[in-house]
Parts: sequence; structure tokens; C-alpha cells
Amino acid sequence: MGEGVKCVITGTNIKALGRAVHSLSRIGDELYFEPLEDGLCLRSVNSSRSAYASFTLAPLFFHSYEATGGTCHCKIHMKTVISVFRSLPSLEKTVEKCLISLNAEKSRLVIQLLCKYGITKTHNLSYQDCESLQAVYNPDTCPNMLRAPARLLSDAVMHFPQTLAEITIMASPCGKVTLRNYVEEDIDSTKTMLTELSLSRDEFLVYQLKKQSDITFCLREFRGLLSFAESTSLPVSIHFNTAGLHCLTCCPVLWESTLHTLPDLETGQGVGPAVFSVDDTVLEVHFVLATLSDTDRASQSESQYNRPPLHSSEDDFLGDDIDYMIAMETTVTHSPPPSSPTFCGHSCINPFQEAQDPLSDDEPDAGVPGTPPNKKFRSLFFGSILANSGHSNQEILAEDSDREEE
Amino acid sequence: MPFLTQPEVDDEQYVLTCSLDNARNLSNILKAIHFKDHASCFATNNGLKVTVENAKCLQANAFIQAGIFQEFNIREESVVFRINLTVLLDCLTIFGASAGPGTPTALKMCYQGYGHPLVLFLEEGGVVTVCKIHTQEPEETLDFDFCSTNVLNKIILQSEGLREAFAELDMTSDFLQIIMSPDKPYFRLSTFGNAGSAHLDYPKDSDLIEAFHCTQTQTNRYKISLLKPSTKALALSCKVSIRTDNRGFLSLQYMIRNEDGQICFVEYYCCPDEEVSEADV
Repeated sequence: MGEGVKCVITGTNIKALGRAVHSLSRIGDELYFEPLEDGLCLRSVNSSRSAYASFTLAPLFFHSYEATGGTCHCKIHMKTVISVFRSLPSLEKTVEKCLISLNAEKSRLVIQLLCKYGITKTHNLSYQDCESLQAVYNPDTCPNMLRAPARLLSDAVMHFPQTLAEITIMASPCGKVTLRNYVEEDIDSTKTMLTELSLSRDEFLVYQLKKQSDITFCLREFRGLLSFAESTSLPVSIHFNTAGLHCLTCCPVLWESTLHTLPDLETGQGVGPAVFSVDDTVLEVHFVLATLSDTDRASQSESQYNRPPLHSSEDDFLGDDIDYMIAMETTVTHSPPPSSPTFCGHSCINPFQEAQDPLSDDEPDAGVPGTPPNKKFRSLFFGSILANSGHSNQEILAEDSDREEE
Repeated sequence: MPFLTQPEVDDEQYVLTCSLDNARNLSNILKAIHFKDHASCFATNNGLKVTVENAKCLQANAFIQAGIFQEFNIREESVVFRINLTVLLDCLTIFGASAGPGTPTALKMCYQGYGHPLVLFLEEGGVVTVCKIHTQEPEETLDFDFCSTNVLNKIILQSEGLREAFAELDMTSDFLQIIMSPDKPYFRLSTFGNAGSAHLDYPKDSDLIEAFHCTQTQTNRYKISLLKPSTKALALSCKVSIRTDNRGFLSLQYMIRNEDGQICFVEYYCCPDEEVSEADV
């Protein structure tokens, strides 16, 4: 195997890493750890695969960063990782240096914390080899983008109860953004408390909106991103599609919370997942959360109807259930590349463009609210992704999969 | 009924009477050993010793020396009884457990002898509560025969250095392994849980370590479920002395400073889990 990684983190970045792990722990039960030549990727996906998060830490983030050999992908139980970084205040106060290395011989991920008073904490975590985890999304193709200081969003979200599952953001081109708690259709709205809060476009750093758009997504994961973004004082970008548009292939993923999107796709009313991102020179964070189109009540109930099977088929995500997920990819590391239509570089964008062409043929032009069948949708994603992964495996493995992430 | 005057009048009938201006000086230290419902109490001229045991492998002792009490009178050479510690603590904190502003709770504690209840008079702001707690047949406590002449390794360190370690112990590990050695790694705490192993190394010249007297490399394992309760004592203490004897028995002594700046001690003894063979290390 020969692969390995050795990196050293110092100063405030240790806490940033800790916060990243805490954010990821809100998503899934497993942490995907992927050291690439141009950065360390930490990812997680929830059990119903409706939420996905990815942190890419550039080599500059580290005091030193060294990834050698081939690509390696491993997953670790979130609980064990979180136990290493449990107390953020003490990370900040006592830890002076953090060393992460992969011991492939013993199958251990070694996280060493050098603390005050010369104390050394060494955690040898067991891990599982796994396939690379990739969500298929491309924020760049989203027509709508809002960017705001994390503080603004977290202050707004603060007013909603901790138990609230989903939140709706309604953005209008005239410059008003309204946040509202999402009430399920079958609940009598006269008997529930509605919380609504409006923000003006002046408070946003970027306000790019084509038409009135409503997106509903999970709040819990979103809070996770916000707490990370707030600590880094970086703005949060929200990319999303407009309800009713048929641009299926370019679902921008910000922070997505529910699976409800996919039934929408079937009817051509898809909103696509929302992508929430935080970017810096040294780190890049993407949260992809499935959205629920509030404009289409029918699709909503359909999606609710569809939920149980999703949960029951957690691991079977190469099966037909893929239709209901964010188009999520697992690239088999050693799989030979299938016929690769998209052999050239940028994994994320190209697949999408590739996929977009056939769609755009019958859709945006025609304006027909029918989308291609899900199977086609899926195979498009898969084909292009596998092509890419194959490409990366055989040629410049690490580099390419990293681009996929971006 | 004049509760307050009653104890003064009847003092002669009690084999043990003691009083404290601040009941928390007693309740706090008892909390450090409160991992089982029942405790044995021994009173001598030197003060009060309260013992709690678990699984015949662990013993915790809290020492509240006579000097801590404003008044400590004992009419017999020693007084022994067993009591429900949970109930005793509930009574001691009947006016609230936290150290708030205002006057502390004053305590007078009396015991008439075998077969009688332990009587507590608690007073705060002119309100008096009288608690009578049934005492039980004293049971024999374990003798660990832990003798300082047999101690091979001893480390005294500031509790701060161990607090986080004990708070974050991987409870999926069956045991805590302690290595004490005159050579590297000097002092190492290890757990071996479901998710892998974790080691905590303290260099012997660390500022946290006040004394380092290790004569021989020892690797011993202790049931983590037995040691976990000592976290309570650790949390209250300012210093801890860790000793192991030639049989691998562990002694943890915690120095606890009470609200009046007086020093008390809590001690935990623990049997080693098993012989560690070379192959396991």
C-alpha cells in the first residue's frame, strides 16, 4: 500500500480542526479521512444520504504536510474522533501541537497531541479502508447565491428552537430574505407556532437572485456549519436553485438537509440540494443539504412517503435508492476506468456539463416540466464520476480526486 | 420543643458530638467518595474517617481530622457505625449544595451509640432542621496492607494534570494501564478500547510533577470501572500522590483544600486487575 500521511498542525488551526470535526459529527456517524497531495479531506454523510459535508484543508493549513504514496481512503467512527477533540476550550488552552499520521502497517490513524507541561496524548484509532466519498454537486452552476457573514446567519438562526428540524429560507429578488420554521403539511398550522424573521439584502455580501426562491433544509447540520464559520469569521455562501427550474444537473449544494429534493426531480420541479460553502485560502468547506421544495406540496408529501425506505437502505446506496439521494458517489479505488467521456480534468464541473447537455436538450429550452428518468440521471453521474476516479487512480490519483472535491 | 438547646443539655448522653460552622466542609469531602450508597464511619480522637468500598477491590477513605471541626468530642476510644451515605449527603445539603452568598449552613452532629440514629442539627439563617439517620451494623472493612516501606514508585503531581485525563477516559476500555518507571516513558496512562488505544505520557521533569520517585518499572492494570469514581476526588483536589507497592496495589491520595483553606485527604486503594505478561505490553 505504501500510502501515508504525516502532518503537523500548530496554533489556532488545532482548534479549527477540532471545530471541523465537531461540525462533521453533526452530519454522520463516520468520518471519512482522505489525505491527498494538495490537502487533507475530511468528509461525512448522514445515514439517509441527504446531507453531506466536506472539509478540505490545504497544505498551507498545516505546519507541515506530507502525503506520500497512493491515495488512501479510510473511515473512522465519529465517536472516537470526537473523543480526541472533545473539549474545544482545552484544545485551545493546552494543546500546542497536533501530529496526524497514518500507520498503514498497523492500520492505525495516529493522532498525537502535544500539550502544555510536556504531556503527550497519543490516540491510535482503528479505521476501515473504504471507498472515496464524493457528492456530486456543483455550486458554480447555481443561479442563486447569497453570501453573508456567518454571524448574521447564526444570529438569525438562534431565534429558532433547538428542536426544530427544518427551516425555510425565502429569498426574493426585491431584496428580502425571510427565514421561517418549516411546518409539515399534515400539521395544523393554526396550532403551531410560526417563527419568521426577515433580513434585508443590505446585510448580505453577495445577493444574486434570479427570481423568488424558497428552499427548505435541515437546521441541525446548518447550525454545525455556522458554528464553524463563525469561529473562522469567514462568510458563508449559499448556492441554490430556484424552485421550478429544471436545471437538475447543476444542483448547487450548500448545506442541504432533507431528501425531499429527489421526488421533485422526478416531476421536474427540482430545487436540487443547497450548497453551503465557506472558503479561505487554507480551507474549503462544503455542506450539501437536500432541499424540500415548498412550492410543491404534492412532491413534499411524496417525499415524506418515501422517507422510510431511505433509512432502511442506508448502505445500499448503489441500489435504486440512489434516486432519492443526493447524487452521491463512491469511487472504487481500484476499479478500472470505464469508458471515460470526461477524461479531462475538472471532475466536478465536467461531469455536470457532460450531464447537462442531454438534459438541456429536452429541458430548459423546451421548458417542459418533465425530467429525464432517474436512472438516466444516475447513470450520468456515475459514468462521469467513475471515469474520473479511474483516471485519478491510474494517472495522478491524488490530484484528481482532490479536484473532484473542489 | 427547644431543638437548639436540646443537644447542649443532653451532651453527656452522646458518645460522639461534633460541630462545624460550615457543613460543606464535610459534605464536599464526602462527595469525593460517594460512589456507593453505604459507608462505614470510624471516629477516634484524631477525627472522623469515612470508608466506602466496591467489589472487594477498591476502597476509598475520607479523613476529616478533628481540627476541621469547631468542636469534636468523643467519649469512647473509637466509635464505629455504618450509614447510608446518600441520605447523609442529602441531609447535609438540605439547605442547598452550592456555595452561594450569605451564611453557610452550621452543623451539629451527635451519635448516642450502638443502635441509635445519627442526629444532625442543621441551621441556616435561623432555620433549624433536625435529621435522624438510622445507623447500621458496622461491617468489617478491607485491609489492603498498603505499607509505605513496600512502595516502589511514587509520583506527586498537581491534580490539574490528571483531571482531563480521567474525565476523558475511554470507558470502552476494560482497564486503565499505568506504567511507572525510572526510565522512559516515566509515567504513562493507557486505555485499550473499541476504537483503538490511547496513551498519555508525562515527562518526569514536567512542571506538573512535584515529586518523582520511581525505583522500578511497573506495568499494572486496574479496572477502569473501579477507578472512574476517583474522578470525583480528583476534581476537588489540588494535588495527588500516586503510589504502587511491590504487589502492584495502587494508592491514590488526594489533597483537598476546603473553603476555609484547611487541608483534608481522600485516599483510594485499588487492586491490580491481573498479572501483565510481557507479551501483552
